[in-house]
Amino acid sequence: MSKIQVQTTINGDPSEFLCEARQSLLEVLRDVVGFTGTKEGCNDGNCGACSVLLDGVLVNSCLVLGVEAEGKEITTIEGLASPEGLHPAQQKFLEHAALQCGICTPGFLVATKALLDQNPDPTEHEVRHWLAGNLCRCTGYDKIVRAVLDTAQDMRQS
Amino acid sequence: MKDFQYVTPKTLREALSCLSSHGEKSRILAGGTDLLVQMRSKRHQPEYVIDVKQIPELSELSFGNRKGLVIGASVPCFRLYSDANVAERYPGIVDSASIIGGIQIQGRATLGGNLCNSSPSADSTPALIAYSAVCNIVGPNGKRVVSVEEFCLSPGKNALQSGEILVSIQIPPNKKNQGGHYQRFIPRNEMDIAVVGVGSWVELANRGKEFKKVRIALGAVGPTPIFAEKSSDILIGKAVNDEAAISTVALTAREEASPISDMRGPAEFRTHLVGVLVKRTLTGAVDRAKGKFVANAVQEETA
Repeated sequence: MSKIQVQTTINGDPSEFLCEARQSLLEVLRDVVGFTGTKEGCNDGNCGACSVLLDGVLVNSCLVLGVEAEGKEITTIEGLASPEGLHPAQQKFLEHAALQCGICTPGFLVATKALLDQNPDPTEHEVRHWLAGNLCRCTGYDKIVRAVLDTAQDMRQS
Repeated sequence: MKDFQYVTPKTLREALSCLSSHGEKSRILAGGTDLLVQMRSKRHQPEYVIDVKQIPELSELSFGNRKGLVIGASVPCFRLYSDANVAERYPGIVDSASIIGGIQIQGRATLGGNLCNSSPSADSTPALIAYSAVCNIVGPNGKRVVSVEEFCLSPGKNALQSGEILVSIQIPPNKKNQGGHYQRFIPRNEMDIAVVGVGSWVELANRGKEFKKVRIALGAVGPTPIFAEKSSDILIGKAVNDEAAISTVALTAREEASPISDMRGPAEFRTHLVGVLVKRTLTGAVDRAKGKFVANAVQEETA
């Protein structure tokens, strides 16, 4: 079928792409626009590896159509670091060794940003509840939770 | 996924005309957290996907002292628990909206979609039944209203007729002496499908000492969510601390359930859980009706 033109903003920059209606936002980001930081895990909404922000709301990009992004602002993992350096969560994930194979990490980082944007002082329970939609098969989660709590503490102090 | 024509009606009239011209060849898209998965697995292969998120009536989330709470069919779960009116007046709805999938799913998934997908284990449906919610439906022959307990007919089947669309879910205005609570049993902490879910809602009288009205609804223990009417009626006029009466209700609710055995649990276990969750959610509903704080899955117990 014919392709549809979609206008969005990705990581602050206006971005226009052509996609088929059947293509997910995940496919579009990776294969059309070239933002391969967003990962495909399960492709059915269970693992959170493809997490992005859509108008600031945390979503699985595998469960959003590319065409649904028309007029929306998308934030991917590529939008977290700035020219000055890593996002505090990225830095803390490194310090706490909160990753091993790394496939789930972009999703965890985007989810962490979304959490801290709206709740700068989460309890451990809130962190675990918030990150329940992100699966990690390597770390056992504990280091990730420590890294997120430490990020929150640092960001509150700075 | 097979390609399709993507349509974005801006008004209800446009949506109805799309539905009448494409009928069985089309599916309605709200949050997409069920539909896109079903399209990938080829359970549905629509030629037209009608995205209803741009229709104002379906995105409405509002409360009024007369009309109560109106939840547009395309309102995602996160908007419910971010809304002060819903959080304060309908905590039992928040109980369910905050445990449907993870946060990513709640950013998209809607109660309207949960209802239209008509799964027996839908978390929000027992909570809606307990709160006496109704479905506002429009179709080629105009508007009609169906109670939530009458909406689901069998797994995947509901009362929507060809050409009809669910516009919103409406819950009566709350009163001070009312409270609702929803709980489910799952073997994990989150991100799972209910083995059993129970929603209870109560209205108290006589300064919070006795039950005036009770509504109990059961999920995942029959082909549709069940309004346990017999169980609900037992408590009317009884004291809130009448433990014998509450035990009778739990036993009666077990009889009103008709669970199957499957990978999530044997029928005997599900029947047992109905009794446990009926008691727990009744207690939670009574406490909330008295203005006490009862934690949901996100909040920590602060007792």
